Amino acid sequence: MAEVSAMSEPTAGALEREAERDDNRTRWLLSLPAMIIIVLAAAGPLLVMVVYSFLTPGDYGNVKWEFSTQAWVNTILQRDIFDDTLMWADAHLSIFWRSLSLSLITTVMAFAFGLPTAWFIATQPPGKREFWLFLVTVPFWSNLLVRTIAIQELIRAEGVINNLLLLLGIIDEPLQMMFTNFAIAFGMTYVYLPLMVLPIYAAVDKLDFRLVEAANDLYASRWRTFWRVILPLIKPGIIAGSILVFIPSLGAYVTPRVLGGGKNLMFGNLIELQFGQGRNWPLGAALSLMLMAAVMVSLIWYVRVTSRERSNV
Amino acid sequence: MSEPIRQPRRGYSVRSLPGFAVVAVFTFFALYAPILILVAFSFNAGTSLAIWEGFSLRWYAQAAANEAVQEAAVRSLILAGVAASVATVAATMAALATTRTRRFPGRTMIYALINQPLMVPEIVTAVALLIVFAWIKVATGHTSMVYLISAHTAFCIPFAYLPIRARLETMDYTLETAAKDLYASPWKVFSRVTLPLMWPGIIAGYMLAFVISLDDVVITEFVKSAGQETLPTFMLGQLRRVVTPEINAISTIILAAGAILVSLFFWLSRGRR
Amino acid sequence: MKKLFAAASVLALSTTGVWAQELQIYNWGNYTNPKLIDKFEAETGIKVTITDYDSNDTALAKVKAGGHGFDIVVPSNSYIPIWVGEGLLMETRPDQMPNFKNVKAEFVDVDWDPGRHYTVPWQWGSTGVVVNTKYYDGDINTSAMFLDPPEELRGKINVVPEMGDVMSLSIMYYGGEPCTNDKEVLKKVRDGLVAAKQHWLGMDYGNLEKFAKEDLWAGVNWNGSTFRMRLQNENVNYGYPKEGFPLWMDSVAVLADAKNVEEAKTFQNFVMDPENAALISEFARYANGINGSEPFMPEDMKSAPEIVIPAELVEKGVFTPTCDPETQKLYTRIWTDLQK
Repeated sequence: MAEVSAMSEPTAGALEREAERDDNRTRWLLSLPAMIIIVLAAAGPLLVMVVYSFLTPGDYGNVKWEFSTQAWVNTILQRDIFDDTLMWADAHLSIFWRSLSLSLITTVMAFAFGLPTAWFIATQPPGKREFWLFLVTVPFWSNLLVRTIAIQELIRAEGVINNLLLLLGIIDEPLQMMFTNFAIAFGMTYVYLPLMVLPIYAAVDKLDFRLVEAANDLYASRWRTFWRVILPLIKPGIIAGSILVFIPSLGAYVTPRVLGGGKNLMFGNLIELQFGQGRNWPLGAALSLMLMAAVMVSLIWYVRVTSRERSNV
Repeated sequence: MSEPIRQPRRGYSVRSLPGFAVVAVFTFFALYAPILILVAFSFNAGTSLAIWEGFSLRWYAQAAANEAVQEAAVRSLILAGVAASVATVAATMAALATTRTRRFPGRTMIYALINQPLMVPEIVTAVALLIVFAWIKVATGHTSMVYLISAHTAFCIPFAYLPIRARLETMDYTLETAAKDLYASPWKVFSRVTLPLMWPGIIAGYMLAFVISLDDVVITEFVKSAGQETLPTFMLGQLRRVVTPEINAISTIILAAGAILVSLFFWLSRGRR
Repeated sequence: MKKLFAAASVLALSTTGVWAQELQIYNWGNYTNPKLIDKFEAETGIKVTITDYDSNDTALAKVKAGGHGFDIVVPSNSYIPIWVGEGLLMETRPDQMPNFKNVKAEFVDVDWDPGRHYTVPWQWGSTGVVVNTKYYDGDINTSAMFLDPPEELRGKINVVPEMGDVMSLSIMYYGGEPCTNDKEVLKKVRDGLVAAKQHWLGMDYGNLEKFAKEDLWAGVNWNGSTFRMRLQNENVNYGYPKEGFPLWMDSVAVLADAKNVEEAKTFQNFVMDPENAALISEFARYANGINGSEPFMPEDMKSAPEIVIPAELVEKGVFTPTCDPETQKLYTRIWTDLQK
C-alpha cells in the first residue's frame, strides 16, 4: 500500500515523523480488539471455505480431500445434465441478478422511508431523541419469524390492508399481495429499516443547522438547500446505512422465502442449497467467496473514492 | 446524555422539511402494525397465529409452564446483551482509530476486515465456524456459551461500527482542540468531550448490534452445543411444523420488558439531570 | 418478568447438575411431547435436555463435525444409511431390548436398518397432495394436482420446498422409481416441473393458516400437517397419489460418541412402549410404529384418513431410499433450474 500523505503541509523534521509513527501505532492498537474478534470468529474460519472451494464434494455433504477446480468453473459454466454441452450457468446468473435487483429496491425504499424518519427523530428536542430511537428498534425485540408471519397477516387476501381498502371503497376485490414481489420488498424494507435509520440519525443529529440557516438566508429554496447543503453533510450516515442494508440483503433468504412464497431462489438460498440438500460444499464455498470478493472490491473502491474526496476539500 | 444546545432554536423552520413528518409518522405506524397483530394473537384462544377464536391467556400459561422456551428466551437476551456490549466497545475503539485521519498504512485493510462479517451470507460463516469451533471443542472438551458469544460479537461489530463511524466523520475537531489547548489530559479530552459527542452514534450502534444478535438464526443453529437453544433457533425448528401463539406470548413479554426497561432508563437519566 | 428471572435461575442450576443422570436429545424442532419427557424423567430420574434441528443435513453436518455433546438423534430413513456408513451411530441392538416385541412387524426388517440394530421407530408418515375440495371435486389421489393442475386450482397451489419428496413424487408420476438416474425420465420430470410451476403460487413450509383460511387451495404437503389443517377447515383433504408417493420414518438412534450411553438406551427402550409411543403421536400427529398404541391414541386420530392409508393405495407408498451422490447431483441441478 503506497503511503501517500493526504495532508498538504510538508512534513518536515524527524520529530513530526516520530509523532506520526506514534499515532499510527495508537490507531493500530485501538483497532486491535475488533480485528482479533473478527479474525477468530468470522474472517479466520472463512479460510476453511477457501480451502474447501478447491476440493471435491463429499458423497453425503462435506468434502473429499482431493484437489479440484470444478467448483470454481461451475460457478459460471456448467454442463447440461441431459446433452452434456458446456454452457453458461444461467441459473446462477439469473438468481444473482434477482438478489441484486431486490437488494437495490430494498435499499432505495429503506432510504425513502428511513431518511424522513431519521430526520424526524434528530429534530426532536434533545433528551427525547433516544425515546424515538428506541421506538424504531423495539419492534425488533420480537422474534423474526412471528414478526414475518404478522406482516403476512397484514397483506393476506382477507388481511387488514385489503379489508381497509375494501371498507374505504378504494378497491372492489382483494388484491393478491401475499407471495408477490411487493410482499418481499415490503418485508425486506421493514426488516432492514433500523439499519438505515440509525446511521442517518447519528449523522443528522450532528448536523450544524447554522449552515442550513445560512443557505436559507441566502434565499436558497428549501429543496436546493436540501440537495446542496444538507445531503452532502449527512452523506456519511446515508452511505453507512446503505451499506448495512444493501450487503446483508444480498445474502438474505428467510424474509424473501416466507413472504415471497419461495418459488424463486435468492442467492442466499442457492448457497444454502449447496450446503444442505444439494451436498455440494465446494460449490457453495466458491459461490459465496465470489459474492464476498465482489462486495469487498466495491467497498474498497468506495473507501478510496471518499478518502480522495476528503483530501480534496 | 444531553446534547449542549449549540444554537438558539429559531422556530422549526430550518429543521422541518415538507412531507418528512408525514412519512415518519407513516413509518412508525407501519413498524407497529405487525407488532399489534403479533401482540393481539398472543391472547388468542385458538392455536393459530391468524385465526381469532376469542380471548384467553392460555399461551401465557403454557409459556409459563414451558421451562425450555423460558430458558431459550433468557439465553437469547443474555447472549445479545453480552455480544452487543463487547462489540460496541471494540467498534468504538476501531471507529476512533479509523476516522478523522489522513490515510495511514493498513487503514483500508482494517476497514475491509471490520466489515467482512457483513459480506458473506450467514450460512457460509456458519459452516466455517461449525468446522473450526468443532476442532476446538474436540481438542479442549470445552463446550460453553463462549463460542456463541464470540461468534455473535464478531458479526455484531460492523453493525455497531458503521453508525459510530458515521457520527465521528461528521464531528468537528474544534471542541477537542479547544480542550487540549486548555491543557486537558488526553483522557479528560476523551471522556469529557469526545465521548459525549459520540454518544448518539454509540447508542445507535449498540441498539443495532443488540437486535441483530437477538434475531440471528443460522450462525447460532450451527454453533450451538447441546442445551444451547436460543429463541430464534427454537422457532426455526417449528417452521416446518406448526407455529403456535406461545411464541407470540414470549415475544410480547420481551417487548413489554424492553419497554419497561427503556422507560425506567429514561426516567432515571432524567432524574439525574 | 418474574418468570424470566425464575428461568434465569433454572438456567444457572441446570448447568451445575443437581440431577445424577442426564440425557442430551437432538431432535427435530417442536417434535417431542413435553409430557413424554416429564414421564421419562419421573420414571427414570434422568434429566433430559432437548436441542432442536431444522433439517437432516444440519444435524448430520453438526454431529459429523464433532464436539456437539448430544447423545440421541432422530434422523429420517433415507439418511440413516449415511449415518451408519460414516460410523456416527452406536450399535445399541434395540432388537434385543425388552420392549422391542411391540414394534410392528413391517418396521423390523427395514431397508435402512435391517433387523433394527441401531434405531427405534419414532414416527412415520407420507408426502402427498392436499386439495380444498370446495374448489375442486374430482379425484384427488394423483400428483396431477400439482404437476398438471386442473383449471380450478391454478394459481392457488403451494409445493413444500423439500427437494427429495417433490422429486420422488414427480419421478413416480412420470413412471420412474425414486432415486432413478434414467435421463429420459428425469428430462420429463424437469420439463414437467418447470411447466407446472407457472400454476403455483408458492413453495413454502408451514401453511396451516393459509390453507385453513383458503388463501391456498392445493399443493404438496405432509399427512400429519394436512390432518391439522382439516381440523381447522373440513374442506381440506389429503390425497395419496396413485402414481406412487414417498413414505418416511424418523427413528431414534444413539450417537457413537454419546456420553450417556445407558441413559440413551433406556430412552430407546422407553419409546417402544405403546403408551409412550401414543404420547409421541398425540403431540406431532403422525403415526408411530408400535403395536398396541392405538388404545392410547386421541380419538380423532384413530380413523383419520390422513393417518390411515386407504387399503387400495397402501401398495403405492414407497420408503425413499438413499440416492447415490451422482444422482443427488442431478436432482440438485433440476431443483435449481426449477427455481432459477
